[in-house]
Amino acid sequence: MRLLNRSAGRLSRHRRGPIAGLLVLVCGLLLTGGLYAAFAPAQADSNTDQQALIKEGRQLFIVSCAFCHGQNGEGVLTQGGSQYGPALTDVGAAAVDFQVSTGRMPMAQPGVQAPRKESVFTKEETAALAAYVGSLGTGPAIPDKELYSTDGMSQDQIDALVVRGGQIFLANCTACHNFEGSGGAMPRGGFAPKIRGVDSKHIYEAMLTGPQSMDTFSDGNIPPEDKKAVIAYLNELNKAPSYSGLTLGSLGPVSEGIIAWIFGLGLLVGFAVWIAAHTTRSSKKKDEAAA
Amino acid sequence: MSDAHDTHSDPHGGELVPAGPIADPGLPEHHWRPTDVDPAKEKRAERQVATLFGLSAVCTVLFLVAYFTLDIGDNWTIVAGFGASTMALGLSLGLALMFIGVGVIHWARKLMADHEIMELRHPARSSDADREVAVQALTDGINESGIGRRPLIRNSLLGAVGLLGLPAVVMLRDLGPLPGDKLYHTIWGKGTKSAPMRIVRDGIWTPILASDLEIGDLVNCQPDALHNPERYGIDPTEVEGVNLQIHKSKASLILLRMQPEDIKPGKDAHGKSRANWDVQGIVAYSKICTHVGCPISLNERTTHHLLCPCHQSTFDLADSGRVVFGPAGRPLPQLPIAVDDEGYLVAQRDFDEPVGPSFWERDYYER
Repeated sequence: MRLLNRSAGRLSRHRRGPIAGLLVLVCGLLLTGGLYAAFAPAQADSNTDQQALIKEGRQLFIVSCAFCHGQNGEGVLTQGGSQYGPALTDVGAAAVDFQVSTGRMPMAQPGVQAPRKESVFTKEETAALAAYVGSLGTGPAIPDKELYSTDGMSQDQIDALVVRGGQIFLANCTACHNFEGSGGAMPRGGFAPKIRGVDSKHIYEAMLTGPQSMDTFSDGNIPPEDKKAVIAYLNELNKAPSYSGLTLGSLGPVSEGIIAWIFGLGLLVGFAVWIAAHTTRSSKKKDEAAA
Repeated sequence: MSDAHDTHSDPHGGELVPAGPIADPGLPEHHWRPTDVDPAKEKRAERQVATLFGLSAVCTVLFLVAYFTLDIGDNWTIVAGFGASTMALGLSLGLALMFIGVGVIHWARKLMADHEIMELRHPARSSDADREVAVQALTDGINESGIGRRPLIRNSLLGAVGLLGLPAVVMLRDLGPLPGDKLYHTIWGKGTKSAPMRIVRDGIWTPILASDLEIGDLVNCQPDALHNPERYGIDPTEVEGVNLQIHKSKASLILLRMQPEDIKPGKDAHGKSRANWDVQGIVAYSKICTHVGCPISLNERTTHHLLCPCHQSTFDLADSGRVVFGPAGRPLPQLPIAVDDEGYLVAQRDFDEPVGPSFWERDYYER
């Protein structure tokens, strides 16, 4: 108390009476208390909402996820010591939202990789699951819409974003996901999925969390505004017309070669055989006709 | 009927081989084509061929018209999802070529001379007499030239012909300067004590704070000097145009952060441990495959295996870039890294071995 008085006294030595500092402190405390009183009920409400959501998520988790990921998301090892289902304690809500709302989780059967399929959970159930797993430990939260949406930006701003996003995409993503985002093969039967036409939020979450074998592109690796640029570039790619007709999946020389060799050359060979096999012959003799 | 009985014999133990040689049945009777025997049909075929050639000409004109009237960007989904210009150009030129082809085939099949050609099959080996004559002629030639008897001529000829190889060697040498020691060094070694070479993000050229990277992150990187040469006292022309591409082709880097305990440090060129080559689990490897030099960054986060898409060479980045699969003969070169005063990732020094594909003078050391 002596310490407080002394500093308060020094602060107001030349301007106010020695009691003013204490008065300011009292006012500040009253204001803080008042504000807390005003906002505390709302906070308590959202807290109980969150608690209920986590509780619901826990129920869903026990039924649908615990078999592989453990009853508390601690992960399950096989007898050989390899991972049956990885631990979910630090993956964050973003990973759950990505895996569950793209239908990759729960997996239909064990395999090299969980493919995209129809989601088995509703939006609310997914949110509950994400809230529960998010509450287990650290990990990124579900990104807000402002982070990946270009709504409200001018065309010039979007254009600049697309250019920057293209640079980042070409340097970091094309190796696995193909120059047009059409996906590609990975070792031991895995594959990098097609990322054209994927929801912006899911692309953001995939960069953030590195689903399955993918590397992560955390906010320290690719900052949020650059992630938005990549998404803007991909959305621009989706809109880009294919002036040259069939893209054949934009897979490059493999699909083009298959079409050229099997269908192009095959058609020509078939045509040649057909020509050689068909000639009309007449039963008339040449001199008979002349006669 | 009776002949058939004689040759095939009866089913009760008779021979299936014909009794005597089968007579040459000769060629089957030649049937003429309708166009050969009917002048009206011949005239019609002639008109058909001319029509096909005429259609080709029409298509060519259509191609030219489409080329000058239709714009690529206009109506680009109008014909079953394809652009008007694309369809018109492709169809007209394709049909113009096809009608010429079909016309020529029709001409050949209907109107050109129709006679059958027969070629008898002979043994490929010459008769012994012919072979002896040939060998004799060769021996005579050698004897008459006296190449065996006159070693002076023989040796001077061999010398002259041998010397003719030298112009080829001299001219090949002048195709370009020898690489010298360029293959052994990259621009990563151009950092100084006051300005160690920073590692920057490829494409956007921003430096990387070691503390920003999380475990599992992969970054595709380049040396800062390519964008910022003055900082390292490098002449800007040294990192422009072709020079820039050459530097990139050697210095491209991938950065990976993994659990520090996952890393099995190998040995460097002097047999010392690589324990201080990483920064808290952040490792840096050359992006250039040691097989034939494709840039690689297809990494699997869960296994730290880096796959080259060209020939499926796979490197283990937790184990000094060891080759775990594929045709690559050498591990991926690792760049020793550190952090500078501001916390940005920098190269400690250059790679301690040449990056990229093998070449025969280079050394190899055990990790």
